[in-house]
Amino acid sequence: MTALLPFSTQLINLFASVILLLAFSMLAQRRVLPLINMFALQGATLCLSTLVVAFTTGQAHLYWSAGLTLLLKALLLPWILHRLVRRLNVKWDVESLINIPTTMLVGIVLVMIAFNVALPISQLSETVSRGTLGIALATVMLAFLMMITRTKAIPQVVGFLAMENGLFLAATSATYGMPMVVELGIALDVLVGAIILGVFFFQIREQFDSLDIRHLEKLKEN
Amino acid sequence: MISISGLIGQLFAIVLGLVLAPLLSGWVGMCRAWFQNRSAPPLFQPYYTLHKLFRKDVVLAHGASSLFRTAPFVIFGCMLAASAIIPSLSTDLPLAPAADTIALVGVFGLARIFISLAAMDVGTSFGTLGARREMLIGFLAEPALLMVIFTTALISQSTSLTTIVETLAHRDFVIYPSLAFAGIAFTFVSFAENARVPVDNPATHLELTMIHEAMILEYSGRHLALIEWAASLKLYAYSCLGLALFFPWGVAGSDNFIGLVAAIPVLLLKLGIGGVLLAGIETVNAKMRIFRAPEFLGTAFLLAVLGLLVRLLLETRV
Repeated sequence: MTALLPFSTQLINLFASVILLLAFSMLAQRRVLPLINMFALQGATLCLSTLVVAFTTGQAHLYWSAGLTLLLKALLLPWILHRLVRRLNVKWDVESLINIPTTMLVGIVLVMIAFNVALPISQLSETVSRGTLGIALATVMLAFLMMITRTKAIPQVVGFLAMENGLFLAATSATYGMPMVVELGIALDVLVGAIILGVFFFQIREQFDSLDIRHLEKLKEN
Repeated sequence: MISISGLIGQLFAIVLGLVLAPLLSGWVGMCRAWFQNRSAPPLFQPYYTLHKLFRKDVVLAHGASSLFRTAPFVIFGCMLAASAIIPSLSTDLPLAPAADTIALVGVFGLARIFISLAAMDVGTSFGTLGARREMLIGFLAEPALLMVIFTTALISQSTSLTTIVETLAHRDFVIYPSLAFAGIAFTFVSFAENARVPVDNPATHLELTMIHEAMILEYSGRHLALIEWAASLKLYAYSCLGLALFFPWGVAGSDNFIGLVAAIPVLLLKLGIGGVLLAGIETVNAKMRIFRAPEFLGTAFLLAVLGLLVRLLLETRV
């Protein structure tokens, strides 16, 4: 039998597993609004796991990053996305192209790769949450897969933002978070990125009458 | 070595399974009727049905072979064996070494093969349709069930069901995310395997949607009674398996007669709550299209594999 893990590590592992599960359900979600809600939930779970790490290790700056995560990823960005969906009137958009079971199988393979890659790295780390490095890597790859498989613009942006969630989890689990300056910079980047992409959506729709980004593949109008 | 108390416990578990299984079906049907604002059938309705069917004559189709006649007995035997192996009351079961968890999945598979063959034996179109659908569901559900079992087997380092339950029941309090994933996956699988609502409707006779009912349309009399009883036993076996794997508290250990008696009200309580939850889930969900079933069971498989992977990554200290 294996030795018992400390309770805080168990909690962190639980939250990390929830994040992984949410990454998968985002991959499988066809509708736009539940997708955004899941992204918000992922942000909230990320905030909880950061709080547990902060409480266990007594790293004060992690409280700040947890608060920042909650504010930005669980409240502000979902709100912006909701507003965009309402204003673009794409509330009932359903993506019909992707074959969900196949995507899921590819996702499982990605998770295996991520876990295998992360295992030797996490052995180098001394943090309480080092086990979750594999999950963080898997979340990044699943978000990447989501960006590849989707053809509508908004799910792609959600995938991009979810990737940042995974990176943040990786930073927390491997090294107890990045320096505050870097973290603030990334947070602002993501926020500004989301806003600019929002403006971009309107331009895409004006040009092509839809948010399907396959229209962007053509270089010239015929 | 077989002890006297083990023997008594084993016999008791079998009898209790036989008696409780129709009661569980009746209780689920009753809760379902309440949730749907209908007046409920009596709690003992499955017994009345069984009694009625056992008294009636068997009507056989013209083309029916001996396979058609033996299949109900095989199916009933499989389900009885399954509910005897699963530790519902105590973990001291002399029959338990007969089959570990992987063989248990095989026992369920054997019953499935026989019911499908019997359905195709008569040669009606409905029977063939039901059999094909059952095999579709089965081949998707079985890997997910095996993955769930592998997760629990990894935690307890054994595939023997009694050892798994003993380890899980007598551990210190530890949060197992993998066990939570496995539990959700197991719930999905048991909905599909027991022909419950999101996958199949046990009460329907509508041609286009039925799976389980389509296979047993040609059965009558005591054959039908045995199959109905076997279906109840299957639900009971799956419920006990789920309870044993994910809520194993209250199951008696070996050589403990008082524990055995004390385990009965605990089991009844757990089955009662499980029945209410099952009826609730069946009420709030609509039956899905048959072609959505692969997606549903694919999700179950995914969850089970995730549980296994999370177990390997997070919960083993390296």
